[in-house]
Amino acid sequence: MPEHTDNFKETPFVSITDVYQSFGDNQVIKGISFNVAKGEVICIIGPSGSGKSTLLRCINGLVKIDAGSIKVKNLEVHDPHLNKLELRKIVGMVFQQYNLFPHKTALQNIMMAPIHVLRQDAGEVKDRAYGLMRKVRLEGKEEFYPGELSGGQQQRVAIARSLAMNPEVMLFDEVTAALDPETVKEVLVTIRDLAEEGMTCLLVTHEMGFARELADHMYFTENGVIVEHGPPEVFFNAPEDPRTKEFLSQIL
Amino acid sequence: MFRRNPKRRPRQVNPRHRLAVLLPTRPGVTGASNADQKFSQLSSGRLRAIHLLWLFLIFGASAFGAGAQNGTDQPSIVMTILAWTPLLLKGFGFNILISFMSMAFGTAIGSVLGVLQISLLPPVRFSSRILTQFFRNSPWLVLLFYCMFMLPFEITVGGLRIPFPDWIKAVIGLSLPVMANVAEIVRGAINSIPSGQWEASESLAFTRRQQIWLIIMPQCYKRMLPPWMNLYAILTMATVLASIVGVEEVMTLAGQVLAADGRPELLVPIYSFVLLWFFAYCYPIARWTIRLERKFVLNT
Repeated sequence: MPEHTDNFKETPFVSITDVYQSFGDNQVIKGISFNVAKGEVICIIGPSGSGKSTLLRCINGLVKIDAGSIKVKNLEVHDPHLNKLELRKIVGMVFQQYNLFPHKTALQNIMMAPIHVLRQDAGEVKDRAYGLMRKVRLEGKEEFYPGELSGGQQQRVAIARSLAMNPEVMLFDEVTAALDPETVKEVLVTIRDLAEEGMTCLLVTHEMGFARELADHMYFTENGVIVEHGPPEVFFNAPEDPRTKEFLSQIL
Repeated sequence: MFRRNPKRRPRQVNPRHRLAVLLPTRPGVTGASNADQKFSQLSSGRLRAIHLLWLFLIFGASAFGAGAQNGTDQPSIVMTILAWTPLLLKGFGFNILISFMSMAFGTAIGSVLGVLQISLLPPVRFSSRILTQFFRNSPWLVLLFYCMFMLPFEITVGGLRIPFPDWIKAVIGLSLPVMANVAEIVRGAINSIPSGQWEASESLAFTRRQQIWLIIMPQCYKRMLPPWMNLYAILTMATVLASIVGVEEVMTLAGQVLAADGRPELLVPIYSFVLLWFFAYCYPIARWTIRLERKFVLNT
């Protein structure tokens, strides 16, 4: 697979080199490499089961890799002596199923990790949490429990919860896949705002219009390898690989 | 606005299936006959009254029937039983005490055992699983006998003699199966929490201990309460097993009363009387459990 080095002037912020991963006999990722620069937004698309979500989970160490290397900032993710706290302070993740803590209010969901993990002052954290609720346009919903919020609102709380740790890179794992069509937009707008502020974002998504508009670079994975990649204009308008063409023709 | 989460575990048809062995059988409303449906439409208060009324009727009939065969020179059955009531109540109080203490010990140790079953260390995990399965699948009476005959009647700790009366042994014997069942309740509740909760909290850098105590367990308490209360009701009914090993609880005393009075016609009324107490004690617990379950199903 050709390395793309043309758009990197500085050292990459996330660097994935020749990663292999399997669950038992099932080889999920079969040698994936790519780099992400600071402030870059990349979108990974591909059929289900192609290893996209697993790849994201490898980046923040939720899933162990068999071989290869993943570097985030200056941390080697799969170093057995890695300080996981350091890694997870840098990498925020948002899930398809929101995974809010149902026994806590929206505000408490945001405040928990800074208070218990980073041991920050509760008053300061609270102020910041209110700010984050405003940022995801949910002011007034602070005292609502996740069960009382719509899917789109829950997902925006989940984004705010992740941002409360002040991450430097955000992973979005099909964050709109479980949402009703009318609430997809509010979540995408939140992500776009983030990207425009310069947050490094890795998105696994099926929202092609959104990817085309926002991504700096597109990746298409199938069967655990990257089949094709490139800037969105080229990727969407003139795909080269027949598998990419077929996938795009099905989805667009 | 409530949104259904498509990947969430499908709602169980009967949420009590998890520990079905421990649960009172009750027909599901869907498959129930017409009469059952009418029955379930009754308010729970009336339901309780009807059941208690039946028991009173059985007890009264047995006492009256026994009294009818009775000569005139002896006091009536009802008067005799009332005379013995203070003694029998004392015995019943002892049953409740044993049930409280067994439940307390069993819950304390069982909770630890339940959490150990999800330990990341394989030896800890496997040994706690084996321990749980062993005590969960042993007859309660056999465990009780073991404790009776294997434990010493006193322990000497540094010259201090601590007596170990039979009823303490009974408490220990009963708390073993309670422990194992509580451990299963805890493990089941933890496993019923969607894996996304673990992933999300892990990605927010919570430690494993924080995950368990701040994220997972607080969501488990509600799920654990109904089966735990069920277990308590079952334990209370099982405390009479202690009579077999000679603890002076209500059944032993009832037997002694019968022996002292030497009136065979007392047999059915006295045991019905005791039955009535247990029913009056356990049935409200069962009703309350069902109500909590319904409430929690609506909430989730």
